[in-house]
Amino acid sequence: MRLITAVIKPFKLDDVKAALEQFGIKGMTVSEASGYGRQRGHTEVYRGAEYQVDLVPKVRLEVLAEEEDAEDIIDVIVKAAQTGKIGDGKVWSVPVDTVIRVRTGERGPEAL
Amino acid sequence: MNKIDTGTTAWMITATALVLLMTPGLAFFYGGMTRAKSVLNMMMMSFVSIITVSIAWVFYGYSLAFTSSGDGFIDKFIGGFDALGLQSIIGTATKAGGMPSMVFSAFQMTFAVITVALISGAIADRARFGAWVVFSVAWSTLVYFPVAHWVWGGGWLAGLGIEDFAGGTVVHVNAGAAGLALALVLGKRAGWRKEPMRPHNLTLVLLGVGLLWFGWFGFNAGSELAVDGTAGLAFMNTQVAAAAAAGAWILVEKLRDGHSTTLGVASGAVAGLVAITPACGFIDPWASVLLGAAAGAVCAYAVGLKYRLGFDDSLDVVGVHLVGGALGAVALGVIARYPFAAGQGKGLLYGGPISQLGVQALGPVVVGLYSFAMAWIIGKIIDRTMGFRISREEELAGVDITTHAETGYDLGTVHASGVASLNGPAVPAGANKVDA
Repeated sequence: MRLITAVIKPFKLDDVKAALEQFGIKGMTVSEASGYGRQRGHTEVYRGAEYQVDLVPKVRLEVLAEEEDAEDIIDVIVKAAQTGKIGDGKVWSVPVDTVIRVRTGERGPEAL
Repeated sequence: MNKIDTGTTAWMITATALVLLMTPGLAFFYGGMTRAKSVLNMMMMSFVSIITVSIAWVFYGYSLAFTSSGDGFIDKFIGGFDALGLQSIIGTATKAGGMPSMVFSAFQMTFAVITVALISGAIADRARFGAWVVFSVAWSTLVYFPVAHWVWGGGWLAGLGIEDFAGGTVVHVNAGAAGLALALVLGKRAGWRKEPMRPHNLTLVLLGVGLLWFGWFGFNAGSELAVDGTAGLAFMNTQVAAAAAAGAWILVEKLRDGHSTTLGVASGAVAGLVAITPACGFIDPWASVLLGAAAGAVCAYAVGLKYRLGFDDSLDVVGVHLVGGALGAVALGVIARYPFAAGQGKGLLYGGPISQLGVQALGPVVVGLYSFAMAWIIGKIIDRTMGFRISREEELAGVDITTHAETGYDLGTVHASGVASLNGPAVPAGANKVDA
Protein backbone atom coordinates (compact mmCIF):
# COMPACT_ATOMS: atom_id res chain seq x y z
CA MET A 1 0.00 0.00 0.00
CA ARG A 2 1.04 3.63 -0.51
CA LEU A 3 0.20 7.00 0.99
CA ILE A 4 -0.13 9.69 -1.65
CA THR A 5 0.17 13.24 -0.42
CA ALA A 6 -0.57 16.28 -2.55
CA VAL A 7 -0.05 19.93 -1.62
CA ILE A 8 -2.08 21.98 -4.08
CA LYS A 9 -3.65 25.36 -4.67
CA PRO A 10 -6.81 25.68 -2.54
CA PHE A 11 -9.07 26.61 -5.44
CA LYS A 12 -8.04 23.41 -7.26
CA LEU A 13 -9.38 21.16 -4.50
CA ASP A 14 -12.82 20.71 -6.05
CA ASP A 15 -11.35 19.74 -9.45
CA VAL A 16 -8.96 17.23 -7.87
CA LYS A 17 -11.68 15.76 -5.70
CA ALA A 18 -14.02 15.34 -8.66
CA ALA A 19 -11.27 13.70 -10.75
CA LEU A 20 -10.40 11.28 -7.94
CA GLU A 21 -14.04 10.37 -7.42
CA GLN A 22 -14.38 9.67 -11.12
CA PHE A 23 -11.30 7.47 -10.91
CA GLY A 24 -12.98 5.48 -8.13
CA ILE A 25 -11.31 6.79 -5.00
CA LYS A 26 -13.80 6.65 -2.13
CA GLY A 27 -11.99 8.45 0.65
CA MET A 28 -9.38 11.07 1.36
CA THR A 29 -8.16 13.41 4.11
CA VAL A 30 -7.93 17.13 3.43
CA SER A 31 -6.32 19.74 5.64
CA GLU A 32 -5.37 23.37 5.36
CA ALA A 33 -1.66 23.98 5.06
CA SER A 34 0.77 26.85 4.60
CA GLY A 35 4.08 26.83 2.88
CA TYR A 36 6.29 28.23 0.22
CA GLY A 37 8.54 27.05 -2.56
CA ARG A 38 9.29 29.09 -5.64
CA GLN A 39 6.08 30.99 -5.09
CA ARG A 40 6.74 33.35 -2.19
CA GLY A 41 4.17 35.15 -0.06
CA HIS A 42 2.98 38.70 -0.28
CA THR A 43 3.26 42.07 1.43
CA GLU A 44 0.58 43.53 3.72
CA VAL A 45 0.55 47.14 4.91
CA TYR A 46 -1.07 48.26 8.17
CA ARG A 47 -0.99 51.96 9.01
CA GLY A 48 1.98 52.30 6.69
CA ALA A 49 3.98 49.48 8.29
CA GLU A 50 4.85 46.68 5.85
CA TYR A 51 4.63 43.03 6.80
CA GLN A 52 6.23 40.40 4.61
CA VAL A 53 4.04 37.31 4.73
CA ASP A 54 6.17 34.41 3.47
CA LEU A 55 3.76 31.50 3.72
CA VAL A 56 1.09 30.92 1.10
CA PRO A 57 -2.16 29.10 1.93
CA LYS A 58 -2.31 25.59 0.45
CA VAL A 59 -4.46 22.49 0.75
CA ARG A 60 -2.91 19.18 1.74
CA LEU A 61 -4.71 16.11 0.44
CA GLU A 62 -3.90 12.54 1.48
CA VAL A 63 -5.06 9.32 -0.14
CA LEU A 64 -4.25 5.73 0.85
CA ALA A 65 -4.14 3.38 -2.11
CA GLU A 66 -3.09 -0.05 -3.29
CA GLU A 67 0.44 -0.29 -4.69
CA GLU A 68 -0.67 -0.80 -8.28
CA ASP A 69 -3.08 2.19 -8.30
CA ALA A 70 -0.60 4.70 -6.90
CA GLU A 71 0.95 5.92 -10.16
CA ASP A 72 -2.45 6.34 -11.81
CA ILE A 73 -3.79 8.28 -8.86
CA ILE A 74 -0.76 10.57 -8.90
CA ASP A 75 -1.37 11.23 -12.59
CA VAL A 76 -5.03 12.04 -11.93
CA ILE A 77 -4.09 14.53 -9.20
CA VAL A 78 -1.35 16.22 -11.22
CA LYS A 79 -3.59 16.58 -14.25
CA ALA A 80 -6.47 18.05 -12.25
CA ALA A 81 -4.34 20.38 -10.12
CA GLN A 82 -2.21 21.84 -12.88
CA THR A 83 -2.53 25.48 -13.94
CA GLY A 84 0.98 25.77 -15.37
CA LYS A 85 1.85 28.69 -13.11
CA ILE A 86 4.32 28.85 -10.21
CA GLY A 87 2.75 27.57 -6.99
CA ASP A 88 0.82 24.58 -8.36
CA GLY A 89 2.28 22.43 -5.57
CA LYS A 90 3.76 18.96 -5.24
CA VAL A 91 2.63 15.34 -5.09
CA TRP A 92 4.57 12.47 -3.56
CA SER A 93 3.96 8.93 -2.34
CA VAL A 94 5.51 6.79 0.38
CA PRO A 95 5.12 3.08 1.25
CA VAL A 96 2.73 2.19 4.08
CA ASP A 97 3.12 -0.92 6.31
CA THR A 98 -0.26 -1.17 7.92
CA VAL A 99 -3.73 0.28 7.55
CA ILE A 100 -6.49 -0.55 10.00
CA ARG A 101 -10.16 0.36 9.76
CA VAL A 102 -11.04 1.54 13.26
CA ARG A 103 -14.70 0.48 13.13
CA THR A 104 -14.13 -3.16 12.19
CA GLY A 105 -10.48 -3.81 12.93
CA GLU A 106 -9.88 -4.97 9.33
CA ARG A 107 -6.22 -4.79 8.30
CA GLY A 108 -4.38 -4.29 5.05
CA PRO A 109 -6.00 -3.68 1.64
CA GLU A 110 -9.46 -4.58 3.04
CA ALA A 111 -9.22 -1.51 5.26
CA LEU A 112 -8.72 0.90 2.35
CA MET B 1 -33.85 75.04 41.35
CA ASN B 2 -33.12 76.78 38.07
CA LYS B 3 -35.55 76.11 35.29
CA ILE B 4 -35.23 72.83 33.46
CA ASP B 5 -35.85 72.60 29.76
CA THR B 6 -37.37 69.26 28.88
CA GLY B 7 -35.95 69.23 25.35
CA THR B 8 -32.44 69.96 26.57
CA THR B 9 -32.68 67.41 29.33
CA ALA B 10 -34.01 64.70 27.02
CA TRP B 11 -31.22 65.34 24.52
CA MET B 12 -28.50 65.40 27.18
CA ILE B 13 -29.63 62.10 28.66
CA THR B 14 -29.53 60.65 25.15
CA ALA B 15 -26.13 62.21 24.44
CA THR B 16 -24.78 60.75 27.68
CA ALA B 17 -25.80 57.26 26.62
CA LEU B 18 -24.24 57.88 23.19
CA VAL B 19 -20.92 58.87 24.72
CA LEU B 20 -20.88 55.88 27.05
CA LEU B 21 -21.34 53.61 24.00
CA MET B 22 -18.06 54.96 22.66
CA THR B 23 -16.06 53.06 25.26
CA PRO B 24 -17.32 49.61 24.22
CA GLY B 25 -16.82 50.90 20.67
CA LEU B 26 -13.23 51.73 21.53
CA ALA B 27 -12.87 48.25 22.99
CA PHE B 28 -13.81 46.75 19.60
CA PHE B 29 -11.62 49.26 17.73
CA TYR B 30 -8.61 48.44 19.88
CA GLY B 31 -9.44 44.75 20.32
CA GLY B 32 -9.49 44.08 16.59
CA MET B 33 -6.10 45.73 16.16
CA THR B 34 -4.29 43.51 18.64
CA ARG B 35 -3.20 39.96 18.01
CA ALA B 36 -5.79 37.25 18.69
CA LYS B 37 -4.03 36.20 21.88
CA SER B 38 -4.58 39.62 23.47
CA VAL B 39 -8.03 40.66 22.24
CA LEU B 40 -9.85 40.04 25.53
CA ASN B 41 -7.30 41.86 27.67
CA MET B 42 -7.43 44.81 25.29
CA MET B 43 -11.21 45.00 25.50
CA MET B 44 -11.12 44.40 29.23
CA MET B 45 -8.93 47.47 29.79
CA SER B 46 -11.67 49.62 28.24
CA PHE B 47 -14.47 47.94 30.13
CA VAL B 48 -12.73 48.14 33.49
CA SER B 49 -12.28 51.88 32.93
CA ILE B 50 -16.07 52.13 32.90
CA ILE B 51 -16.08 50.45 36.31
CA THR B 52 -13.29 52.32 38.08
CA VAL B 53 -13.80 55.80 36.66
CA SER B 54 -17.58 55.78 37.10
CA ILE B 55 -17.21 54.93 40.77
CA ALA B 56 -14.43 57.46 41.35
CA TRP B 57 -16.60 60.04 39.57
CA VAL B 58 -19.52 59.58 41.96
CA PHE B 59 -17.44 59.77 45.12
CA TYR B 60 -15.12 62.67 44.27
CA GLY B 61 -14.38 63.03 40.54
CA TYR B 62 -17.28 65.31 39.68
CA SER B 63 -16.67 67.41 42.75
CA LEU B 64 -12.96 67.90 42.01
CA ALA B 65 -13.64 68.73 38.36
CA PHE B 66 -16.76 70.86 38.41
CA THR B 67 -17.28 72.51 41.78
CA SER B 68 -15.41 75.49 43.18
CA SER B 69 -13.00 75.11 46.06
CA GLY B 70 -13.93 78.59 47.26
CA ASP B 71 -10.34 79.77 47.42
CA GLY B 72 -9.56 81.85 44.34
CA PHE B 73 -6.01 80.55 43.97
CA ILE B 74 -6.61 76.86 44.64
CA ASP B 75 -9.68 76.98 42.43
CA LYS B 76 -7.44 77.71 39.44
CA PHE B 77 -6.08 74.17 39.75
CA ILE B 78 -8.64 71.94 41.42
CA GLY B 79 -12.29 72.00 42.42
CA GLY B 80 -13.73 71.55 45.89
CA PHE B 81 -15.51 68.97 47.97
CA ASP B 82 -19.03 70.35 47.84
CA ALA B 83 -20.41 67.55 45.72
CA LEU B 84 -18.72 64.46 47.18
CA GLY B 85 -20.92 61.46 46.57
CA LEU B 86 -23.10 63.68 44.31
CA GLN B 87 -25.32 64.15 47.37
CA SER B 88 -25.55 67.94 47.13
CA ILE B 89 -26.60 68.11 43.47
CA ILE B 90 -29.68 65.94 43.78
CA GLY B 91 -32.65 68.02 42.73
CA THR B 92 -30.57 70.96 41.51
CA ALA B 93 -30.17 72.32 38.01
CA THR B 94 -27.05 73.56 36.23
CA LYS B 95 -26.18 77.25 36.69
CA ALA B 96 -26.95 78.05 33.09
CA GLY B 97 -30.21 76.21 33.54
CA GLY B 98 -31.65 73.74 31.13
CA MET B 99 -30.95 70.40 32.78
CA PRO B 100 -30.61 68.74 36.19
CA SER B 101 -27.05 68.88 37.53
CA MET B 102 -27.15 65.11 37.76
CA VAL B 103 -27.58 64.83 34.00
CA PHE B 104 -24.64 67.19 33.42
CA SER B 105 -22.58 65.14 35.87
CA ALA B 106 -23.46 61.87 34.14
CA PHE B 107 -22.60 63.39 30.74
CA GLN B 108 -19.17 64.50 31.97
CA MET B 109 -18.60 61.14 33.65
CA THR B 110 -18.68 59.38 30.29
CA PHE B 111 -15.90 61.69 29.06
CA ALA B 112 -13.69 60.76 32.00
CA VAL B 113 -14.34 57.07 31.30
CA ILE B 114 -13.33 57.12 27.65
CA THR B 115 -10.29 59.33 28.22
CA VAL B 116 -8.82 56.73 30.56
CA ALA B 117 -9.77 53.88 28.21
CA LEU B 118 -8.02 55.63 25.29
CA ILE B 119 -4.66 55.37 27.07
CA SER B 120 -4.78 51.56 27.10
CA GLY B 121 -4.08 51.38 23.36
CA ALA B 122 -0.46 52.29 24.03
CA ILE B 123 0.21 49.20 26.17
CA ALA B 124 -1.45 46.37 24.27
CA ASP B 125 -0.41 42.75 24.88
CA ARG B 126 1.81 43.32 27.92
CA ALA B 127 0.18 45.10 30.87
CA ARG B 128 -0.69 43.51 34.19
CA PHE B 129 -4.41 43.83 34.60
CA GLY B 130 -4.31 44.78 38.29
CA ALA B 131 -1.71 47.43 37.54
CA TRP B 132 -3.97 48.93 34.88
CA VAL B 133 -6.89 49.01 37.33
CA VAL B 134 -4.76 50.94 39.84
CA PHE B 135 -3.45 53.24 37.11
CA SER B 136 -6.96 54.03 35.88
CA VAL B 137 -7.98 55.28 39.33
CA ALA B 138 -4.72 57.13 40.04
CA TRP B 139 -4.49 58.86 36.66
CA SER B 140 -8.13 59.93 36.57
CA THR B 141 -7.76 61.32 40.10
CA LEU B 142 -4.45 63.12 39.64
CA VAL B 143 -4.74 64.12 35.99
CA TYR B 144 -8.18 63.92 34.39
CA PHE B 145 -10.24 65.52 37.16
CA PRO B 146 -7.82 68.46 37.65
CA VAL B 147 -7.35 69.03 33.90
CA ALA B 148 -11.12 68.97 33.31
CA HIS B 149 -11.30 71.62 36.05
CA TRP B 150 -8.56 73.74 34.41
CA VAL B 151 -10.41 73.88 31.10
CA TRP B 152 -14.11 73.32 31.81
CA GLY B 153 -14.52 73.77 35.55
CA GLY B 154 -13.45 77.40 35.84
CA GLY B 155 -9.73 76.74 36.32
CA TRP B 156 -6.72 78.66 35.07
CA LEU B 157 -6.88 77.69 31.38
CA ALA B 158 -10.55 78.66 31.30
CA GLY B 159 -9.48 81.96 32.86
CA LEU B 160 -7.05 82.52 29.99
CA GLY B 161 -9.93 82.02 27.54
CA ILE B 162 -8.96 78.65 26.05
CA GLU B 163 -11.50 77.17 23.69
CA ASP B 164 -12.03 73.42 23.83
CA PHE B 165 -15.53 72.60 22.72
CA ALA B 166 -15.64 68.88 23.47
CA GLY B 167 -12.18 67.91 24.64
CA GLY B 168 -9.36 68.10 22.11
CA THR B 169 -7.04 69.05 24.94
CA VAL B 170 -8.89 67.63 27.96
CA VAL B 171 -9.55 64.25 26.35
CA HIS B 172 -7.26 63.57 23.41
CA VAL B 173 -4.00 65.39 24.12
CA ASN B 174 -4.38 64.32 27.74
CA ALA B 175 -4.83 60.63 26.87
CA GLY B 176 -2.21 60.68 24.11
CA ALA B 177 0.51 62.10 26.37
CA ALA B 178 -0.31 59.57 29.09
CA GLY B 179 -0.19 56.79 26.51
CA LEU B 180 3.29 57.87 25.42
CA ALA B 181 4.47 57.84 29.04
CA LEU B 182 3.09 54.35 29.68
CA ALA B 183 4.55 53.00 26.43
CA LEU B 184 7.95 54.18 27.69
CA VAL B 185 7.46 52.85 31.23
CA LEU B 186 6.40 49.40 30.04
CA GLY B 187 8.82 49.18 27.13
CA LYS B 188 8.48 47.43 23.82
CA ARG B 189 6.63 44.19 23.30
CA ALA B 190 8.67 41.03 22.88
CA GLY B 191 9.52 40.76 19.20
CA TRP B 192 8.49 44.31 18.32
CA ARG B 193 9.56 45.17 14.76
CA LYS B 194 10.87 41.61 14.29
CA GLU B 195 7.66 39.61 14.39
CA PRO B 196 4.51 40.56 12.53
CA MET B 197 1.98 42.16 14.91
CA ARG B 198 -0.86 42.46 12.50
CA PRO B 199 -4.41 43.43 13.48
CA HIS B 200 -6.14 40.09 13.98
CA ASN B 201 -9.67 41.15 13.08
CA LEU B 202 -10.31 44.21 10.95
CA THR B 203 -14.06 43.61 10.94
CA LEU B 204 -14.04 44.26 14.70
CA VAL B 205 -12.03 47.43 14.06
CA LEU B 206 -14.68 48.67 11.63
CA LEU B 207 -17.48 47.75 14.01
CA GLY B 208 -15.70 49.68 16.74
CA VAL B 209 -15.14 52.73 14.59
CA GLY B 210 -18.80 52.69 13.61
CA LEU B 211 -19.84 52.75 17.26
CA LEU B 212 -17.29 55.48 18.00
CA TRP B 213 -18.48 57.62 15.10
CA PHE B 214 -22.12 57.21 16.20
CA GLY B 215 -21.36 57.98 19.82
CA TRP B 216 -19.20 60.96 18.85
CA PHE B 217 -22.34 62.91 17.87
CA GLY B 218 -23.32 62.81 21.54
CA PHE B 219 -19.77 63.72 22.52
CA ASN B 220 -19.53 66.78 20.25
CA ALA B 221 -23.07 68.03 19.70
CA GLY B 222 -23.87 67.18 23.32
CA SER B 223 -21.04 69.40 24.50
CA GLU B 224 -23.11 72.43 23.55
CA LEU B 225 -25.17 71.42 26.63
CA ALA B 226 -28.24 72.77 24.90
CA VAL B 227 -30.49 72.16 21.92
CA ASP B 228 -29.73 75.03 19.59
CA GLY B 229 -28.01 76.12 16.40
CA THR B 230 -24.53 75.52 17.76
CA ALA B 231 -25.42 71.92 18.60
CA GLY B 232 -26.56 71.50 15.00
CA LEU B 233 -23.35 73.06 13.70
CA ALA B 234 -21.26 70.79 15.94
CA PHE B 235 -23.20 67.77 14.66
CA MET B 236 -22.62 68.61 10.99
CA ASN B 237 -18.97 69.53 11.52
CA THR B 238 -18.37 66.23 13.28
CA GLN B 239 -19.73 64.31 10.31
CA VAL B 240 -17.84 66.13 7.55
CA ALA B 241 -14.53 66.23 9.42
CA ALA B 242 -14.65 62.46 9.97
CA ALA B 243 -15.55 61.87 6.33
CA ALA B 244 -12.82 64.17 5.01
CA ALA B 245 -10.20 62.66 7.31
CA ALA B 246 -11.04 59.07 6.36
CA GLY B 247 -10.86 60.09 2.70
CA ALA B 248 -7.54 61.87 3.18
CA TRP B 249 -5.99 58.94 5.04
CA ILE B 250 -6.83 56.38 2.36
CA LEU B 251 -5.70 58.78 -0.35
CA VAL B 252 -2.31 59.06 1.37
CA GLU B 253 -2.22 55.26 1.58
CA LYS B 254 -3.07 54.83 -2.08
CA LEU B 255 -0.35 57.25 -3.17
CA ARG B 256 2.26 56.07 -0.65
CA ASP B 257 1.63 52.32 -0.21
CA GLY B 258 -0.36 51.46 -3.33
CA HIS B 259 -3.52 50.32 -1.53
CA SER B 260 -6.36 51.98 0.33
CA THR B 261 -7.14 49.90 3.42
CA THR B 262 -10.02 49.37 5.82
CA LEU B 263 -7.69 50.08 8.72
CA GLY B 264 -6.94 53.37 6.97
CA VAL B 265 -10.64 54.28 6.75
CA ALA B 266 -11.12 53.42 10.42
CA SER B 267 -8.00 55.26 11.58
CA GLY B 268 -8.71 58.28 9.40
CA ALA B 269 -12.28 58.61 10.66
CA VAL B 270 -11.04 58.57 14.25
CA ALA B 271 -8.29 61.10 13.46
CA GLY B 272 -10.89 63.44 11.97
CA LEU B 273 -13.26 62.99 14.90
CA VAL B 274 -10.41 63.73 17.28
CA ALA B 275 -9.34 66.90 15.46
CA ILE B 276 -12.87 68.28 15.15
CA THR B 277 -13.62 67.61 18.83
CA PRO B 278 -12.20 70.89 20.19
CA ALA B 279 -13.41 72.87 17.19
CA CYS B 280 -16.84 71.50 16.26
CA GLY B 281 -18.98 74.33 17.67
CA PHE B 282 -16.70 77.16 16.66
CA ILE B 283 -16.02 76.75 12.93
CA ASP B 284 -17.74 76.62 9.54
CA PRO B 285 -18.56 73.31 7.84
CA TRP B 286 -16.16 74.04 4.97
CA ALA B 287 -13.41 74.66 7.52
CA SER B 288 -14.29 71.32 9.14
CA VAL B 289 -13.70 69.59 5.81
CA LEU B 290 -10.25 71.18 5.60
CA LEU B 291 -9.42 70.47 9.25
CA GLY B 292 -10.57 66.86 8.86
CA ALA B 293 -8.56 66.36 5.66
CA ALA B 294 -5.49 67.84 7.31
CA ALA B 295 -5.93 65.59 10.35
CA GLY B 296 -6.31 62.48 8.19
CA ALA B 297 -3.18 63.23 6.18
CA VAL B 298 -1.05 64.37 9.13
CA CYS B 299 -2.00 61.42 11.35
CA ALA B 300 -1.43 58.94 8.50
CA TYR B 301 2.21 60.04 8.68
CA ALA B 302 2.32 60.61 12.44
CA VAL B 303 1.64 56.94 13.18
CA GLY B 304 5.01 56.15 11.60
CA LEU B 305 6.87 58.28 14.18
CA LYS B 306 7.06 55.46 16.70
CA TYR B 307 9.20 53.40 14.34
CA ARG B 308 11.63 56.28 13.84
CA LEU B 309 11.82 57.19 17.51
CA GLY B 310 11.62 53.63 18.79
CA PHE B 311 8.68 53.57 21.22
CA ASP B 312 6.03 50.86 21.09
CA ASP B 313 2.80 52.87 21.24
CA SER B 314 1.05 49.73 20.10
CA LEU B 315 -2.20 51.11 18.71
CA ASP B 316 -1.07 54.68 17.95
CA VAL B 317 -2.61 56.64 20.79
CA VAL B 318 0.09 59.27 20.22
CA GLY B 319 -0.09 59.39 16.44
CA VAL B 320 -3.87 59.72 16.36
CA HIS B 321 -5.03 61.26 19.65
CA LEU B 322 -2.12 63.43 20.77
CA VAL B 323 -1.35 64.69 17.28
CA GLY B 324 -4.97 64.99 16.10
CA GLY B 325 -6.14 66.62 19.33
CA ALA B 326 -3.33 69.17 19.32
CA LEU B 327 -3.91 69.93 15.64
CA GLY B 328 -7.57 70.73 16.22
CA ALA B 329 -6.87 72.76 19.37
CA VAL B 330 -4.22 74.94 17.73
CA ALA B 331 -6.15 75.30 14.45
CA LEU B 332 -8.92 76.97 16.45
CA GLY B 333 -6.60 79.92 17.02
CA VAL B 334 -6.82 80.52 13.27
CA ILE B 335 -10.24 79.34 12.12
CA ALA B 336 -12.57 79.90 15.12
CA ARG B 337 -15.47 82.05 13.92
CA TYR B 338 -18.30 81.47 16.38
CA PRO B 339 -16.85 81.66 19.91
CA PHE B 340 -19.00 81.28 23.02
CA ALA B 341 -18.68 84.94 24.00
CA ALA B 342 -19.29 87.41 21.19
CA GLY B 343 -16.27 89.48 20.22
CA GLN B 344 -13.88 87.25 22.18
CA GLY B 345 -11.80 84.28 21.20
CA LYS B 346 -12.07 84.48 17.41
CA GLY B 347 -9.34 83.01 15.25
CA LEU B 348 -6.77 85.05 13.34
CA LEU B 349 -8.75 84.66 10.10
CA TYR B 350 -11.69 86.46 11.66
CA GLY B 351 -9.80 89.27 13.32
CA GLY B 352 -9.08 87.45 16.55
CA PRO B 353 -6.03 88.36 18.63
CA ILE B 354 -2.75 86.51 18.37
CA SER B 355 -3.11 85.86 22.10
CA GLN B 356 -5.97 83.45 21.37
CA LEU B 357 -3.69 81.40 19.14
CA GLY B 358 -1.15 81.52 21.95
CA VAL B 359 -3.62 80.15 24.50
CA GLN B 360 -4.76 77.47 22.04
CA ALA B 361 -1.15 76.30 21.73
CA LEU B 362 -0.39 76.70 25.43
CA GLY B 363 -3.25 74.41 26.48
CA PRO B 364 -2.09 71.24 24.66
CA VAL B 365 1.54 71.90 25.62
CA VAL B 366 0.89 72.32 29.35
CA VAL B 367 -1.75 69.58 29.55
CA GLY B 368 0.44 67.26 27.48
CA LEU B 369 3.48 67.83 29.67
CA TYR B 370 1.52 67.52 32.91
CA SER B 371 -0.25 64.34 31.78
CA PHE B 372 2.98 62.83 30.47
CA ALA B 373 4.88 63.57 33.68
CA MET B 374 2.15 62.34 35.99
CA ALA B 375 1.47 59.20 33.96
CA TRP B 376 5.19 58.45 33.93
CA ILE B 377 5.48 58.91 37.71
CA ILE B 378 2.33 56.89 38.47
CA GLY B 379 3.46 54.22 36.00
CA LYS B 380 6.93 54.01 37.55
CA ILE B 381 5.55 53.76 41.09
CA ILE B 382 3.19 50.97 40.04
CA ASP B 383 6.02 49.25 38.17
CA ARG B 384 8.36 49.38 41.20
CA THR B 385 5.74 48.20 43.69
CA MET B 386 3.37 45.74 42.03
CA GLY B 387 4.92 45.48 38.57
CA PHE B 388 3.23 46.95 35.50
CA ARG B 389 4.31 44.33 33.01
CA ILE B 390 3.55 40.64 32.72
CA SER B 391 6.45 38.21 32.45
CA ARG B 392 7.99 37.40 29.09
CA GLU B 393 6.60 33.85 29.25
CA GLU B 394 3.11 35.16 29.93
CA GLU B 395 3.44 37.66 27.11
CA LEU B 396 4.53 35.01 24.62
CA ALA B 397 1.74 32.65 25.67
CA GLY B 398 -0.74 35.52 25.45
CA VAL B 399 -2.12 37.83 28.10
CA ASP B 400 -5.67 36.54 27.58
CA ILE B 401 -4.97 33.00 28.70
CA THR B 402 -2.38 33.84 31.38
CA THR B 403 -4.17 36.81 32.96
CA HIS B 404 -7.86 36.13 32.37
CA ALA B 405 -7.86 32.33 31.83
CA GLU B 406 -9.91 32.82 28.66
CA THR B 407 -9.41 32.80 24.92
CA GLY B 408 -11.27 35.10 22.56
CA TYR B 409 -11.99 32.52 19.91
CA ASP B 410 -12.85 28.83 19.98
CA LEU B 411 -12.68 27.93 16.32
CA GLY B 412 -11.30 24.38 16.42
CA THR B 413 -12.38 21.17 18.04
CA VAL B 414 -8.95 19.90 19.12
CA HIS B 415 -8.01 22.95 21.20
CA ALA B 416 -11.34 22.87 23.03
CA SER B 417 -11.30 19.20 23.97
CA GLY B 418 -11.01 18.52 27.66
CA VAL B 419 -12.89 17.56 30.77
CA ALA B 420 -15.50 19.95 32.12
CA SER B 421 -15.79 20.72 35.80
CA LEU B 422 -18.81 22.85 36.53
CA ASN B 423 -18.16 23.24 40.21
CA GLY B 424 -15.09 22.47 42.23
CA PRO B 425 -11.85 20.79 41.24
CA ALA B 426 -11.21 19.18 37.88
CA VAL B 427 -13.07 15.95 37.25
CA PRO B 428 -10.72 12.92 37.00
CA ALA B 429 -9.90 11.87 33.45
CA GLY B 430 -12.52 9.55 32.01
CA ALA B 431 -15.22 10.63 34.45
CA ASN B 432 -17.32 12.10 31.70
CA LYS B 433 -17.19 8.88 29.68
CA VAL B 434 -20.45 8.18 27.94
CA ASP B 435 -21.66 4.57 27.99
CA ALA B 436 -23.68 4.01 24.88
